[in-house]
Amino acid sequence: MRGPMQVQPSAAVILPTVFERWFAARGWRPRAHQLECLEAGRAGRSFLLIAPTGGGKTLAGFLPSLVDLHETGGGKGLHTLYISPLKALAVDIARNLQAPVSEMGLAVTLETRTGDTPPSRRQRQKFNPPDILLTTPEQLALLLSHKDSARLFAGLKSVIVDELHAMAGGKRGHLLALGLARLRGLAPGLRATGLSATVPDPQPLLDFLSARNEEARTPALIRAAGGAKAEVDVLNSDERIPWSGHSARHAWGEIYDAIRGARMTLVFVNTRSQAEMTFQALWRMNDDNLAIALHHGSLDVERRRKVEAAMAKGSLRAVVCTSTLDLGIDWGDVDLVIQVGAPKGASRITQRIGRANHRMDEPSRALLIPGNRFEVLECLAAQAAISEGALDGEAPKIGALDVLAQHILGMACAAPFRPDDLYKEVISAAPYAGLDRETFGRVLEFVATGGYALKSYDRYRRVVKTPEGLYRIRNAETAQQYRMNVGTIVESPALNIRLMTARGPKRPGRKLGTLEEWFIEGLAPGDTFLFAGEILRFEGVEGQDALVTRAPGEDPKTPMWAGGKFPLSTFLAGRVRRMIASPKDWKRFPDPVRDWLELQREHSVIPKADELLVETFPYVNRHFLVCYPFDGRLAHQTLGMLITRRLERAGRQPLGFVATEYAVSIWGRKDMSGVDMGALFAEDMLGDDLENWLAESVLMKRTFRNCAVIAGLIERRYPGQEKTGRQVMFSADLIYDVLKEHEPDHVLLRAAWEDAADGYLDLKRLSDLLARVRGRVNHAALARVSPLAVPVMLEIGKENVAGEANEAMLAEASDQLIAEAMRRG
Amino acid sequence: MAERPVLSVNGVRLEATPSGALYWREEETLVVADLHFEKGSAFARRGVLLPPYDTRTTLKRLSAVIHQYQPQRVISLGDAFHDRAAEARMDEADAALLETMMKGRDWIWVLGNHDPIPPKRFAGEVVAAKRIGRLVLRHEPTEGPSPGELAGHLHPCARVVCDGRTLRRRCFASDGERMVLPAFGAYAGGLNVLDEAFAPLFGPVTAWVIGRSAVYPVGEARLAPDPAPAARISKAC
Repeated sequence: MRGPMQVQPSAAVILPTVFERWFAARGWRPRAHQLECLEAGRAGRSFLLIAPTGGGKTLAGFLPSLVDLHETGGGKGLHTLYISPLKALAVDIARNLQAPVSEMGLAVTLETRTGDTPPSRRQRQKFNPPDILLTTPEQLALLLSHKDSARLFAGLKSVIVDELHAMAGGKRGHLLALGLARLRGLAPGLRATGLSATVPDPQPLLDFLSARNEEARTPALIRAAGGAKAEVDVLNSDERIPWSGHSARHAWGEIYDAIRGARMTLVFVNTRSQAEMTFQALWRMNDDNLAIALHHGSLDVERRRKVEAAMAKGSLRAVVCTSTLDLGIDWGDVDLVIQVGAPKGASRITQRIGRANHRMDEPSRALLIPGNRFEVLECLAAQAAISEGALDGEAPKIGALDVLAQHILGMACAAPFRPDDLYKEVISAAPYAGLDRETFGRVLEFVATGGYALKSYDRYRRVVKTPEGLYRIRNAETAQQYRMNVGTIVESPALNIRLMTARGPKRPGRKLGTLEEWFIEGLAPGDTFLFAGEILRFEGVEGQDALVTRAPGEDPKTPMWAGGKFPLSTFLAGRVRRMIASPKDWKRFPDPVRDWLELQREHSVIPKADELLVETFPYVNRHFLVCYPFDGRLAHQTLGMLITRRLERAGRQPLGFVATEYAVSIWGRKDMSGVDMGALFAEDMLGDDLENWLAESVLMKRTFRNCAVIAGLIERRYPGQEKTGRQVMFSADLIYDVLKEHEPDHVLLRAAWEDAADGYLDLKRLSDLLARVRGRVNHAALARVSPLAVPVMLEIGKENVAGEANEAMLAEASDQLIAEAMRRG
Repeated sequence: MAERPVLSVNGVRLEATPSGALYWREEETLVVADLHFEKGSAFARRGVLLPPYDTRTTLKRLSAVIHQYQPQRVISLGDAFHDRAAEARMDEADAALLETMMKGRDWIWVLGNHDPIPPKRFAGEVVAAKRIGRLVLRHEPTEGPSPGELAGHLHPCARVVCDGRTLRRRCFASDGERMVLPAFGAYAGGLNVLDEAFAPLFGPVTAWVIGRSAVYPVGEARLAPDPAPAARISKAC
């Protein structure tokens, strides 16, 4: 790591007097990394600033722009563009930046532009832009699609991307990378700045900031001095550590005590349902009447803003939250971070801990609360990783083709283009550096005509070719279509949760938030569930509203929101495997965990770190096969699905399976100990078995729908024609069936497949797993269930078996009708 | 499994096939509703470039069921063509396939609201409604009692609920007196059979839900409404 202390340029030399005085007036000295940023900026060089939260990161990022504007004078068009992943963050940063600008009396104008900005101001911004504009990736895409974008951005000097680590990897990052490529073309000499939390490998972020071609100069890498090391404890509970589950309900009392002992605590949990549950539990024991609040993504925006404001004011003692508070805004005086349930990844937990104590010289304090015995191991692994400063990273993803399609249409809206020129620009964006010309051509053709082999749509082209060989949009409606559809976030269908009022259904009550449609579908009127910290009774659905009434004192049927969104990272999984494999490490484990592993050694096998342990045993009239890859729920679900199919083909009659973060358990009518385990786990399962399964799966259709929306094949919404999510989904299924039948190689099906492989199936990880254990499957045929198997066995029946609603279900619903008919007769 | 209940409308025994077509064995007659040929290209005209294979898929499915039952007579219950210009947009290969299919059997076009004028190229008997024995075939179902009526137009589908899981599929809707057939066209959306549009037509309704290889009768107790009245919007396009 580059020591920021080595470079110690004198502030007086570099900083203009007015800046110097401003720092001095507050008793501050510019930090080393802030001056390094200024140096890079002055040299016209792009840079990536890696700093923990609270490191004065924002000011450092803007400093070169402020100094330049001060020295050369503003008001000459757009000078600096700031891009944030969150609307709220852009607004917050604008406010924070306004303070030094006013205090120094700089003649610099700054404005935000988000979906909430009134149309009149947006229009004015295009013709009379501020010096500094703060916005989001989607708004940038919109600006770039306008005919006057070339004029607007011609004089742009600097673009700043905040929270780059959180944006770069996904589809939003792809859209942004393509936007940056266009900006570089419009504004020669443009300087890019990335602001990022600590990452294990900064190279992908450096690549993201610069053009991927020979002449581009690598951006400078600037690191802020790390704050004091975090003090991380793993709760050694006085209560018995549960075998399974993630709620950590055994530790609620201890969590409450920790909150009482701190000024302000952030309680991070992994799912929204867990947030609701934990929040309820804390309130039940809240004899001191501590101000404890709840924050998660389904709550109404207004409610969330209130909680955020109360935090900033310091009037709260604790907030129970999900990843909604992972990013961004400075929340004031947090001095303790509690992580309930497994941390899942070292980078994630490090960032969450960074939310505590924004004064960099004091250590952050964190408490990890494992929910079960495996999670104890995961927490210990995370604790060790944090103390070593080790982080887990993900390899950058290849640029998505649906996003490229959206971008191409946007570029056609901006100005006519030559395909070869646009191709050159596109491959200068890091995620698309490897894109071949032929694939680009297919995506372009998709944008123009749908890209079908049957050329019947030539007369309906959205993009037409001029005699000079330029591509341009056909008409203004096409541009309108693009603008309605911009962005890469496809919401899953959701309903409003609304209180019913005595005034009757025509006078709906207050909106509490939104919930996914599939959850509402599973409720019958009268069912109760936890939401927004209250127990609610479901009364029925009216239009887009799920109507509820308050049901205090009833036993809630807790919502089963999609489980852990983040699978256990490969990095932590490897550590956990190694911890289990080396008994000399067990000494520092809590007693119940050590005893449990000792029992496992006695009754079965302790797998070596690079081995896959497979156990077979009978249990209550069933035969089980349990394996322990530790590769996260997604990869395990895919593995379970594929192995079940294989066992079925081999006549072993498997009945079902359940997958956890650590293990997969399959059960059936027949003994499975005679199975050739090496062959069962052979890598060829990723061939035909996978194809056959996916052919029948609703998963591909869901993925296809998202790609089709992003690529602009299906309309997100149309003026005066709001479609609900369900409707879109239904027609997307029909389109998928027809396209798959006639053109299985269509570029959009390829995009859907790449999405599914990456997101829902975790195929990369599964294939790494299978390669890792090749020739190293250790099979133990046991007479009864093993200690290590207990946690996954306890999940059976609790977890929905990863099945789909299907024919069997129809037959069942139908048989019931017949039975009733017979009774009547 | 229990014996499948028999489907009859106004005392006439009929077979609901998993293809979405209705077969009347006694009369060697196959009935299909709402083929919506060239719906895909209708979207394409306004810049939504859906895969242009919906007509071909619909025809292939129709051809398969005709091959299976070898009917003497085929009745299209209206809205066979998505709009007046649909016939002209049809790909030549598709048009030829339809002609082949029509050869050697009686073909009746019941006119619908999407295709109020008969096709030029595909000659058949053209009617507004047709009475055969105890049944009357027309496109739009009549409000109020209409025993023996077979109609289309509404694109019925059912949402079946079982163990907290739901499934939405096309269905035949009938109360034993009359029936509304599911849309046969590859791009035809569906309207929930519990929607108020069906209310004036039926007493207690059974949804004959189309599965992969069988049709499952499901009673009202197991049916659920759609969360939003959006299905009607899709009907409009």
